[in-house]
Amino acid sequence: MGRFALRFWRRPFEGRELLRQMDEVGSKSFLLTGVTGLAIGIVLAMQSRGTLIRFGAEAVLPNMLALSVIKEIGPVITSLVLAGRLGAGMGAEIGSMRVTEQIDALEVAALKPFHFLVITRVLACMIMFPILTLWTDAVAMSGGYIESLLASGMDYRIFISTAFESLRFSDIIVDTGKTAIFGFIVGIVSCYLGFSVRGGTREVGRAAMRAVVASSLLILLTDVIIVRMSLIIFGDVGT
Amino acid sequence: MSTDPVIELRDLHKSFGDTTVLRGIDLTVENDTSSVVMGGSGSGKSVLIKHIVGLLKPDKGEVFVNGDRVDQLDGDDLDSVRLSIGYLFQSGALFDSMTVEENMDFFLERHTESSRSERDERILETLTWVGLPEKRNQYPAELSGGQQKRIALARAIILEPEILLYDEPTTGLDPVSVRQVSELIVRLREEKGVTSVAITHDLLCAEIIADTVHFLHDGEFLVAGSLDEVKSHEHPAISVFFGGLSEAS
Repeated sequence: MGRFALRFWRRPFEGRELLRQMDEVGSKSFLLTGVTGLAIGIVLAMQSRGTLIRFGAEAVLPNMLALSVIKEIGPVITSLVLAGRLGAGMGAEIGSMRVTEQIDALEVAALKPFHFLVITRVLACMIMFPILTLWTDAVAMSGGYIESLLASGMDYRIFISTAFESLRFSDIIVDTGKTAIFGFIVGIVSCYLGFSVRGGTREVGRAAMRAVVASSLLILLTDVIIVRMSLIIFGDVGT
Repeated sequence: MSTDPVIELRDLHKSFGDTTVLRGIDLTVENDTSSVVMGGSGSGKSVLIKHIVGLLKPDKGEVFVNGDRVDQLDGDDLDSVRLSIGYLFQSGALFDSMTVEENMDFFLERHTESSRSERDERILETLTWVGLPEKRNQYPAELSGGQQKRIALARAIILEPEILLYDEPTTGLDPVSVRQVSELIVRLREEKGVTSVAITHDLLCAEIIADTVHFLHDGEFLVAGSLDEVKSHEHPAISVFFGGLSEAS
């Protein structure tokens, strides 16, 4: 992490590789995160409806959906899904570059593999995780609305106005923004484990698996810390 | 012509944990010569060559390249020495996510001020030199082992280094490809005046490219001289090595 902070500011800046990685992280994850969001929205709405009806609170379903999805489920599930896809991919790609001497080839050609391989991937994750989270949140809310439309014929204007009445701008910023930290975790952990591979293809597989496990656990742990801190700084939604 | 050695290793020692790999290696490589280091698997050949380019640091000893103390350099100083060295890796180490042309342009774009058309011309010229100009748009996985080695050689010389290090340049190749790659190495020295150090256990390759052969065994050089002198040495490890190679071929 210290090495990242030190070398981030040094030339060369690999702009084209950063764009390529943003495409790899972002564009190619839209379908996966979209389907995840849709399923979350529909299932959450279906499972909550019965309980809310029992308490005569069906009208607050959009509100509850927005709070659950935007504040917690969207950012965390999106980051965990991306950790699975990208952690394994980055760990395996960099690990296999290590065992096939491609990283050594960059080094002996004075091409700064850390800049080319690590900084670009970490930055791409930090930029694309929040964007993909907003996308997942939007699809999840759409899924929730589709369920509400089919189950109770709810008007979309009522759904939207109810959904966002309890949310503050700071909730969206903090809870979406924290995924940039999750992106940093996935990028740095996966690249580090890939770089550390020694031996053969078996080690590459292990690095990929460890990248997913370590990233996921760190995301969950960091989430607890961030939520606690944001409650201290910004207070609860109802306060 | 300068008489100073281009590469000099003095009393090089290297261990990994409890395993001692190099025990006091001395090696001097003069300008415009081709030195070959031979020895069995696990004798420390790859470890030795990696010290020359600063991929490994010795536990004890000194490494000089053109008078620069490589084992004490890092950062930009080490990079500037590395730019005078081309390195052909055992596996080729071509970037598999890039085409042949992109592999070569990756080096040129970052280390020269050349325009796109100048770089294209240089790539084509170098690919023609290794006899594979038609492969420029192919990916490494689409090439045979011999072609990959030749493309890796083309990439290693694209920046016109004055020194080339070859790590098992012909391993896994059929005899025809061994001859092709070996003859390219000889042409590099003859036409471009490149000083080279190759590590190999391929007798045919050593016969074609070596001015001087050093035989490495158990972390030490047993003998240095012409290939015939080394082959005729009486040390049992050398007899076993060349006896085994003769039987294998």
